This record gives sequence, structure tokens and C-alpha cells, in this order.
Amino acid sequence: MPTTPAVTRSTVPSDSHLRGTPLLRVEDLKVSFPSEAGTVDAVRGVSFELHPGRTLGIVGESGSGKSVTALSVMGLLPDSARVSGSIRLLDRELVGLTDRQLSSVRGNDIAMVFQDPLTSLTPVHSIGKQLVEAIQVHQDVGKIRAWERGAELLDLVGIPNPAVLMKSYPHELSGGMRQRVVIALAIANDPQVIIADEPTTALDVTIQAQVLELLKKAQAETGAAVIIVTHDLGLVAGMADDVMVMYAGRPVERATVDELFHHPRMPYTLGLLGAVPRPDDRSGAPLVPIAGHPPLLIDLPDRCPFAARCPVALDKCLDNEPALLEVHAGHGAACVRSNEIVDGAIDGAPVFPLPEIPPGVMANVPREQRNSVLVVEDLTRGFPLTKGAVLKRRIGTVHAVSGVSFDIRAGETLAIVGESGCGKTTTLLSIMDLAKDAGGRIEFEGIDLSTANRRATRELRRRLQIVFQDPMGALDPRFTVSEIISEPIRAFDLAPAREIDGRVAELMDLVGLDPAHVDRFPGAFSGGQRQRIGIARALASEPSLLVLDEPVSALDVSIQAGVINLLERVQHHLGLSYLFVSHDLSVVRHLADRVAVMYLGRFVEYGDVDQVFGSPVHPYTEALLSAVPVPDPAVERSRRRILLSGDLPRPTEQQTGCPFASRCPLKPTLSQEKQQRCTTVSPQLEETADGVDHRYACLHR
Amino acid sequence: MTNQALPTEVAGDGVMSTMGNTFEAPARRGTRKWRLYSKRFLRNRMAVVGVLVFVLIALFGIIGGHLVPWTYSDVDFLAIGTGPSREHWFGTNGSGNDLYAQLAHGIQRSLTIGVLVSLCTTAVAAFVGSIAAYVGGRTERIVLEVIHFLLVVPSFLILALVSNSVNGDWRMLIVVLVLFGWMYYARVVWTMAMSLREREYVAAARYMGLGPAAVVLRHIVPNIGSMLTIHFTLGVVTTIQAETGLSFLGFGVKTPDVSLGALIGDGSSQLYSAPWQFWFPAVTLTLLTVSMAFVADGLRDALDPNSQAGGHA
Repeated sequence: MPTTPAVTRSTVPSDSHLRGTPLLRVEDLKVSFPSEAGTVDAVRGVSFELHPGRTLGIVGESGSGKSVTALSVMGLLPDSARVSGSIRLLDRELVGLTDRQLSSVRGNDIAMVFQDPLTSLTPVHSIGKQLVEAIQVHQDVGKIRAWERGAELLDLVGIPNPAVLMKSYPHELSGGMRQRVVIALAIANDPQVIIADEPTTALDVTIQAQVLELLKKAQAETGAAVIIVTHDLGLVAGMADDVMVMYAGRPVERATVDELFHHPRMPYTLGLLGAVPRPDDRSGAPLVPIAGHPPLLIDLPDRCPFAARCPVALDKCLDNEPALLEVHAGHGAACVRSNEIVDGAIDGAPVFPLPEIPPGVMANVPREQRNSVLVVEDLTRGFPLTKGAVLKRRIGTVHAVSGVSFDIRAGETLAIVGESGCGKTTTLLSIMDLAKDAGGRIEFEGIDLSTANRRATRELRRRLQIVFQDPMGALDPRFTVSEIISEPIRAFDLAPAREIDGRVAELMDLVGLDPAHVDRFPGAFSGGQRQRIGIARALASEPSLLVLDEPVSALDVSIQAGVINLLERVQHHLGLSYLFVSHDLSVVRHLADRVAVMYLGRFVEYGDVDQVFGSPVHPYTEALLSAVPVPDPAVERSRRRILLSGDLPRPTEQQTGCPFASRCPLKPTLSQEKQQRCTTVSPQLEETADGVDHRYACLHR
Repeated sequence: MTNQALPTEVAGDGVMSTMGNTFEAPARRGTRKWRLYSKRFLRNRMAVVGVLVFVLIALFGIIGGHLVPWTYSDVDFLAIGTGPSREHWFGTNGSGNDLYAQLAHGIQRSLTIGVLVSLCTTAVAAFVGSIAAYVGGRTERIVLEVIHFLLVVPSFLILALVSNSVNGDWRMLIVVLVLFGWMYYARVVWTMAMSLREREYVAAARYMGLGPAAVVLRHIVPNIGSMLTIHFTLGVVTTIQAETGLSFLGFGVKTPDVSLGALIGDGSSQLYSAPWQFWFPAVTLTLLTVSMAFVADGLRDALDPNSQAGGHA
């Protein structure tokens, strides 16, 4: 351990501006795990205080120790973990308690909301049974009373018809509903502390907004203190009072939320803030990636763990690991230069200079003069819904995509956004499958897919490539990088064998990988590098259209920024077109030229990204945009959030009328007659004004 | 397995740092892979012992017979049922055959059957199983029906009948053992390939325009390759055991031909009067199967990319 505990303890920024005794006091918490490669010091000295009614946000990238910190407060670490330091709940020491002793604390005084609502509920017991169990473990009440209390709790978390839902099983509920149940379980015993570990990462934005609102409500009801563990800076900006940024197992900056977002003093925090795309950013300035990767937490040397990635590191950063020192009241930063950093700059020069992305080869060609790369007209795709094990009979159709039309010109990016289940991935796969068993017409580079012969199809395949979401699953683990990247070259016979090595090196260079690493396996690379390999493979066959299926959603923010910049650079360099699918509106705003908002298999709004995001017309687009957290506490406080009720309806029935009618916040405000029209007339995409690239499908806007 | 319980990504990155320092010229592509495998295999001591024992037994089967003047079918009327002596190292059996020569030949016969049958069943199972999973639809349904039908057929009975009717010809025995040996594993392969089929790299290969056979051979079979290798090794063991079982019961290899099972079968009747007739082939069989099991264990450690048993590469 590089630092002595005494140093860490004395330098913790005090919460003296907050009166009263803290509810939870964590002091110099250290957690380590044994592993094959050596002892992993996952948490290396975390201290914080938590006061009633306050919300602490713990932010960090994967491997920063934020989840381990949360789990150690709950006492849920595996047996192999070695924990030292102190965790005091009021005046009770939790470190060193046995599992049995902790059981009376867990769920009663401290409750936890986990990331995945599917796995945090037992699938074989009904919701009611699980609630009753949670209540009866800690409270001496009868079964009937507990059942009633359970129903009350469900009502409190906004579940319609709680009496019926008590008898349902977890798989019958949607993700958002399940997370509500998990929150109901968490607040069942009026806990003093609620720990939410990435509570909304698995949820769609509109559901996320609902759940966050609910968490705030639950906090208000119970007066509990909340710890939110997350990688999402926007979420923290909207939820937390205090923020602790963690890096390599230690807090590197800690302050109130406004202070941290507006006057960060640690280069890592600055880097994180610069790396996040913002949904309200229209400047189009490149993102600032943080170079390199977080260090391995094994035998860390006594020096600043961020120094290797820090653009303003000095020699003295390597002397020893800086402690979390108070910069001024209530604001601590672990950086030797924190006093020099003013508004993200040292002596007027920004800590993270903006990277340069050269303008695109097509930048000066107006859209009308560019060639259409892909034209999709009235694409429709349904999946049969069958019943019966032996004799399958068709009982209906899932309308995944119905009547979608769009076109992509050379050198531009079209993004399709929407929540899970809206049909965006199906649209994309229909195109990749060259529209086998899909209705409608797809024309690629002027060739109609339905009439293309074998040879033309092969050429189409070459010109149309895909980058997948999961950087691990997309690469064959048994292939070396060289084999992976050269596979399309060999498959399409694009270069003679002796030139392949050179071509592979060229591609690796293009995507920012060291060509010396050609003989390594994908397992030896980090997530961001793997995604770069995937991009290199897609580029190997010299495509004209790249289909990007959530290409950065599995990556940490600092890495994500680098991949986004790479995609932009490659597009500008090669004049490629992108068809980009994402649920992350911030990334879409940053990367796309044009955007289509999809709901239940249809486009509801479509056009230039600045038009659609800047002045949204359709109520769904409005709600979607208002639900995205912005990494700016001032903005978060002042904005009006449109909460949608309910979940995405099941796409099994062909709908008459507007698909969004059931959740539309606009509809209840309309006259009876207009509401009638919503449910009977199906709205078509209409232009807003002549010559403006912006269409929407709403009858009443 | 502490690594799995670790909620950080440290475990995955651990490989990176240790593999980071070595780099070889692209000209020697692929060598790294094999070096890695052999390093991991050699780390498992019992597996190395297994290989040594197996090689010794195989060598004994191949050249052992040439070291004595007797062949397996020669009969020494002057030494019927005698114990180990200078003339007959492992003694003779009731008909006066030299047991040493018979054992060498029996090993040869049993090993040939074991290796060939295991190789064929693994290959058939791998190809049929993964093609069915990848192609899907009708092909998949038909293949599965055939597999399920063959699985319920009382194969041992048919095996016994067929091998009886061809009078213990070992080549026929191989054919029959393969015919009724591939289905179970094909079904296992099918389930493994089903999950591989959904992998994005398989989709990526399809979008590169590769046909089904190419995708199966390049991306699916290699990714179950470690399982196949292990199955092949264990398959040798089970086949030898099946063959010995059949021969022991009199349905397998028959006199004048000799296999390990036939030797054990003959020897077991003289267990008390002439124990050497039983113990030499029985010990050899045990050594053979146990050594193969150790080799399979070592291969699993070496080939499985997720294996932690061998430590970090």
C-alpha cells in the first residue's frame, strides 16, 4: 500500500459545512482480492460521510472501485476479499461483522438497488411473496398485514393495479416495472441509506427518467441518504448533492455537484467532462478522449496513477501518490497541480487541448449534389408469432418495422434513435441481410437489391459492412488480429497474398492501433482497442456504407470519445456514409448529420439533426430529449422533464391510428374530437416548412 | 475462482500486460498460438506423465513384437500355460501362444480401433452438429430427428449382432462403432454451435459473403476445437473400453486375431491358476486409459481460452 492511512485520514475534506452527525461514515476503506496475477487492490483508501437526506454520487469508469465500495458498505463482498478501514452506520461498526450480524443491517438500515432488475428478483417467486419476505424478515408483522403493506409499497412506486401485480412473476413485467419493484423492496423497511448501483444502466432513457424520479420520491418518503454509483455524469448532475470521482481505487476529486462540474480541479475529472458528448451541444467540436487505459490495480507504484494518461503531468507527479487535499472548503482534489487549474486550463492553456479532425472530403459538396448510397422505401418486416410445440400455428405477427423510408447520401451519417424494441436493429439487419424476407424496396448504390444477381450481390456485400456493439463478441477469439482484419480481404479476393500483410498494417495504422500487434489475440486488447479492430475489419473491404450498431455503448466514456473521433476522422478521410443506430441521443447529436426517431417500427420524426434536436416537434422526440440527462447541474435543475407514462406497447397488433397515442403527453390535453383522430387516423411524415430538412408524423402539431 | 467474483475488469486486463512485451515477426504467424498451448500443457505434470506413458505403450505395441522370436499366432507346444520365463517373458496362455507377442499385437489392434473410431466419430459429430446448427430450418430438424432416432436404437445389441456375423473382423468393428458412436456427441456439438451461431463474428463472416461450409469450418468448428480435441482423447479411452468390453464378452475381435479385450477375457478365466494371463493385459489397459484421461485433462487446460487452471499465459 503506497500511502499510510494516517495521511489519508487527515486530508479528507471535511463536511464541516454540514451540521449534525453523519449517518454513514466510511474511513480509509481498503479492499483487496487475491488473483492469479497478484493481489488486486480494488479500493485503496476511500473516506466519505453521508448525511440524512443527502445524495452522494460515486462516479468512475469500470474498474475504478466504485461498485466494490458500494458492495463493501452492504457487506456483500466475496469471502476472498480483504477489507480494512472503518464503515460506521451511526455508531455501529460494520467492518468485521459476520454475515449473520450484517443480515439485520442489510435491507433494514441499508438497502440496495442493483443494476439489473431481471437478476435481482427471484424468477420462481411472485412479486408479492418477495415483498412479504422482505418485510417479514425485519418486521414482526403478520402475513396479511405484510401483504397489504407490499401492495401499498407498489402503489407508492407508481405501479398501476398493485393488487394484481402482487400475484405476478418477475418475467411478466417490463424492465422499468421490475426496477420499480426492486425499489419497492429497497424501501420496504424504511432504510436510512439506499445504495443504487448503476440503477438505470439497463433501462431506456424514458424509463430511466421515470425510475430516477421515483428514486427521488423514495428518498423524500423515507428521508434516507442515497449513494448513487454510476459511470453516467449526466445522471449524477441531476441526482447528486455531492460527487466523488474515483480513479484506480481511490477518490481523486470530491466536491458538491455544482463545484465539481463548474470548477473541476483534477485533470481526470476534466477529462471525463470533456469526453462526454452532450445532447444540447450544437458546436460539433470534437470530443476530448483521455489517452491510454486505467492502470492494473496490482502492485501499483507510489505515484499518481493518472500520471501516465495526464496531459499536464510533471516529474513530481511520479514522486509519490498525491493525497486528496482540500483545495478550499468542501472541495478536495488529489493532484499536485490542482491549485494551478482554473476553468479547465493552466495559465490559459486548456489541460486537454481539442484534437484536430480534418474537414471531410465531401464537406463542400451540398447534400443535393451528392449521390445516394442507400435508398430505402417502405421497408416492412414482421415476424410470425407462433404457438404450440409440435404443430406450430401462427397466431399473429410482430410488426417490427412497418413502412420505413429513408435515404443516405455519400459522406453523411444517418442515425436511427429509439428505445429498445422500436425496430431500429431490425431495420439495420434487414439491410445487412440484403432484405431477404422483408417488404419494400432497398436500393444500394443504384442497384435494386431484389433484382441483383449473384455477382452484383457479392459486390454489394463488399461495399456494405457492419460494426457491432459488443467489441468482444464481434471478434473470433481464436483469430489473431491479422487474421481478423485480413479475412474480408481474402474473402473478397481484394489483394494478392503478399500484399495482405501490408494492407493489414495500413488499416491498423488508420484506426490508431500499433501495427506491431498484428499477432495478438483479441483477448489481449482492451474494449476500445477491440472496437478499433472491428472498425478496421469493416474498412478492409473498402465499403461505401458502414452500418454501426451501437458502436460505443459498451465502452467507458474516456474510451468512447476516442472511438467516436476515430469514426469521424475515418468518415472525413474516406468519404464514407454511416447508418448509425443508437439509443444514446448525446452520441447521436455528436456524430450524425441527419436523424430519424423511431417508435414502434415507424419513423415519427426525421430530418437534419440540428433541426430535430434543436426544435423537436413530435411529442415523443420532445419526451426523449427531455429525458436524457445533461452533464451540467445548472441545466439539469432548470429543465422541464416530460415524463412518459408506461412502457412501450407490445408490437404484436397492427395499430390503427398513431402508435404513440397510448403514451402521448399531448393527447390528454386535446379536445375529445382531436383525441378521436389520434386513435383512428395514422399520421404520416410531413414536412415542417419548404426547403427545411425536417419531417414529423403528428396530427396535431 | 476468485477472479470471477471480482466485480472489476482487472482479471481481463491481466492478460494484456503480460502478453504485451513479446512480439514476433509476422512471417512466423501462428507459432505464438502453439507455443502458448504447449506452455500451458507442459505446466500440467500429470498430463506430461500421461503422454510419456502413452508413448511408451504405443511404442511397445509397434516395435515390441519384433523383439522376440514369436509372433502372436505362433504356438509353442512345449510351453502351454507356463508363467513368465526367459523364453516367454510374459508367459504363455493355455494354447501355447507367447503372451508378450500377443500383448504387443493386442495393444496395436486396440489402439488402432480406438484412435480411428474416435477420430471418425469426432469429425462426423463436429461437422453434422455444427452444420445443423448454422444452417437451421429443415436441415436442422431432419438431422436432429435422425440423431434422436439413432440414440434410442439399442446400439449395443446391433453391435454385438453385426460383429458376430462378420466373425470378429476388426475393420467391420470400426465401421459399426463409428456408425453408432457419433450421435450423442453430435447433439452436444449442436448445442454448442447454437450459441456460437448467434455470435457477432459469425454474422460478420456471413456479411463478408462466406458460405455456410466456410463459416462452419473457419469460425464454428475452431471455436469448439478444444472441446473436440478433448472429446477425441476421451473418445479413444471409451472406444478402447467398448472394444475390450465387446471382446471380453466374445462379440468383438476374435481368435486368431487378438486385442486387449480378448486377452483380458481369456485371462480372467485363469485368474487364479495363471494370474499373469490376466494381469499383464489388465494393467496395460489401465495404464493406457488413465494416461489418456490425464492427457485430455492437460489439453483442456491448454486449449480452453477461459481456462484459469494453468495460470496466466
